[in-house]
Amino acid sequence: MIFLNINNLNVSIEGKKILNDFNITINEGEVHAIMGPNGCGKSTLANVLAGNEDYEVNSGKVIFKDEDLLDLNIEERAQKGLFLAFQYPVEIPGVNITPFLQASINSKLKNEKKPELDNLSFAKLLRKKAEELGINTDMLKRSINTGFSGGEKKRYEILQMSVLNPELTIFDETDSGLDVDALKIVTEGINRFKNPKNSFLIITHYQKLLDYIHPDHVHVMRNGKIVKSGDISLASEVEVSGYQNF
Amino acid sequence: MDTETTQTLNKYVQDKYKYGFVTNIDSDRPKKGLNEEIIKFISQKKNEPEWMLKWRLDCYKKWLKMSDPQWANLKFPEIDYQDIYYYSAPKGFESKPKDLSEVDPKLIETYNKLGIPLEEQKVLAGVAVDAVFDSVSVATTYKGELEKLGIVFCSISEAVQTHPELVKKYLGSVIPPGDHSFSALNSAVFTDGSFVYIPENVKCPMELSTYFRINAEETGQFERTLIIADKGSYVSYLEGCTAPQRDSNQLHAANVELIALENAEIKYSTVQNWYPGDEDGKGGIYNFVTKRGLCKGNNSKISWTQVETGSAITWKYPSCILKGDNSIGEFYSVAITNNFQQADTGTKMTHIGKNTRSKIISKGISLGNSQNTYRGNVSFLRKADKARNYTQCDSLLVGNKCGAHTIPYIDSKNNSAIVEHEASTSKINEDQLYYCRQRGLSHEEAVSLIVNGFCKQVLQELPMEFAVEAQKLVSISLEGSVG
Repeated sequence: MIFLNINNLNVSIEGKKILNDFNITINEGEVHAIMGPNGCGKSTLANVLAGNEDYEVNSGKVIFKDEDLLDLNIEERAQKGLFLAFQYPVEIPGVNITPFLQASINSKLKNEKKPELDNLSFAKLLRKKAEELGINTDMLKRSINTGFSGGEKKRYEILQMSVLNPELTIFDETDSGLDVDALKIVTEGINRFKNPKNSFLIITHYQKLLDYIHPDHVHVMRNGKIVKSGDISLASEVEVSGYQNF
Repeated sequence: MDTETTQTLNKYVQDKYKYGFVTNIDSDRPKKGLNEEIIKFISQKKNEPEWMLKWRLDCYKKWLKMSDPQWANLKFPEIDYQDIYYYSAPKGFESKPKDLSEVDPKLIETYNKLGIPLEEQKVLAGVAVDAVFDSVSVATTYKGELEKLGIVFCSISEAVQTHPELVKKYLGSVIPPGDHSFSALNSAVFTDGSFVYIPENVKCPMELSTYFRINAEETGQFERTLIIADKGSYVSYLEGCTAPQRDSNQLHAANVELIALENAEIKYSTVQNWYPGDEDGKGGIYNFVTKRGLCKGNNSKISWTQVETGSAITWKYPSCILKGDNSIGEFYSVAITNNFQQADTGTKMTHIGKNTRSKIISKGISLGNSQNTYRGNVSFLRKADKARNYTQCDSLLVGNKCGAHTIPYIDSKNNSAIVEHEASTSKINEDQLYYCRQRGLSHEEAVSLIVNGFCKQVLQELPMEFAVEAQKLVSISLEGSVG
């Protein structure tokens, strides 16, 4: 099975080219990190994969689990097991996470033709996952992301990820705006969730996040394409000399 | 707004009104038009005593001298009062049937179709229902059980016969017939509605509910409801309404009066789903409703909760007169307008007594080409020491052809009064939709979720049995038009 293969992807927004013959292959169970300076197209990549309709795909192919990803709309991609941990998770006042995530997981189960979860079993699952992540149950009673601190929002994303159990998780600068303690909690969550079936694409500015999550592959991105790939040592190289050498 | 959002909105908008069917039943109705003869006819049909007829005729005379209020933000052709039937009853309703076996099976089926079974064993647990079909009450459930507690729950026509002293004392005491033309009109020609009396210190053990159905064409429905909660009592009352889908407009001009005596509490909830007209704005109910509650005794409380999704035109301001010291008035409202619907709705809180408190939470959602206005009037009279009001009005716009308006009036004659007012207007946010869809929800599910979240503060005030229904109704009303 081809897990994720992006082939010569060209993407623009309002006529401006952002991804330029972009290529990457991610196999089942792998952790990839993409690093790059501001404006190199990292976040665009995350959003194009999630199906955000603000971007225009000019050419190229994306295969996800043997299917043409670009043929699917946002929710179909999510139901197929693609999860985007947002850089800025949005507030939804008055909407509690329980019915929200239950509808979410059931949309996926339905798509897989599996039986849907009833209220009770879902509530149990949610509580179990929250406990594992050290999220107290009071937080589950609040409206989604409403009035949350930056760290709380990111932990909420991790909680959603671990409940939905996606095959591919994309972290869009999840480390931005987090202090060291929050970063630790978030990365512990990610590490707990890691298993040979799930793959990750971590998009970040800094090496710090990668100190906690050890990627199998590190890529440096500039001007809409990957300019160098390597192992974790590449991240240290960036840390020392910046992006200008790439 | 992206095209998909617009499409979802349009699909929502065009969704069909599922209560639009007509019951084919012979009805008994006099000629169209309003005159003394017709009022005498109604009074005679209801076997009313002389004083009732006189009251009606006095109100009619008042009405003749009045013109319809013009201040609302509504546009509609002048109503031709001579082109309306003022009374319509299913044939054979000379007197109200004693039990369901005497009721035409077509009627029972109608209510079953509406999800309001009249057979008690099938009725929602803990809810007593009075079903009003056009101008008459068809059936009242759980009557016997309530009677044991001394609670009177019957149609207003029956109450005129059985409890004339209460009707005489309170009818028109909260809404004077001369208040405005619709109250005068209703007082002259009201046909049926519910009457509730809760005796001293009785907490009514079940929800009382009236279900109004307009069936006959070109017929106005003029219901009259009177609820009296005696000292220390409590009652929760729910009203629901639907009408068939018709091309012509129909008039509904109800009057509802609530009286709460010392330490009494009345909770009144409405789920209004009259036929709203089609996607081009053709047909639909004109809903001109006057609802007013009087917190007559000290420490009394009246709470209005409304979910307004239907009607071509809604003109409705459930209000509280806070006369007793320490009395409390509340108004929770969700008003959704779609297509060419127009709503001008809100409340009036009149603080008369000391330490009176009022709270207003209004959520307006506008879609399609609709116009949605919140109009509120909070006033503090001279003796209303330390009275307080909190008002929160939020509007949500979907699409760019609709309008939301907030018109609050505040009038204080007492320096110690405290008023807080918060208002917001927002659009459904594309980022919220993206977030929900990234979690696997469809566009429609996402919209319905966000709107339900927006209304939550109000929906949670509804009695449990109806909160779920109301949520569904909110989702249905959005169909075709939210995005």
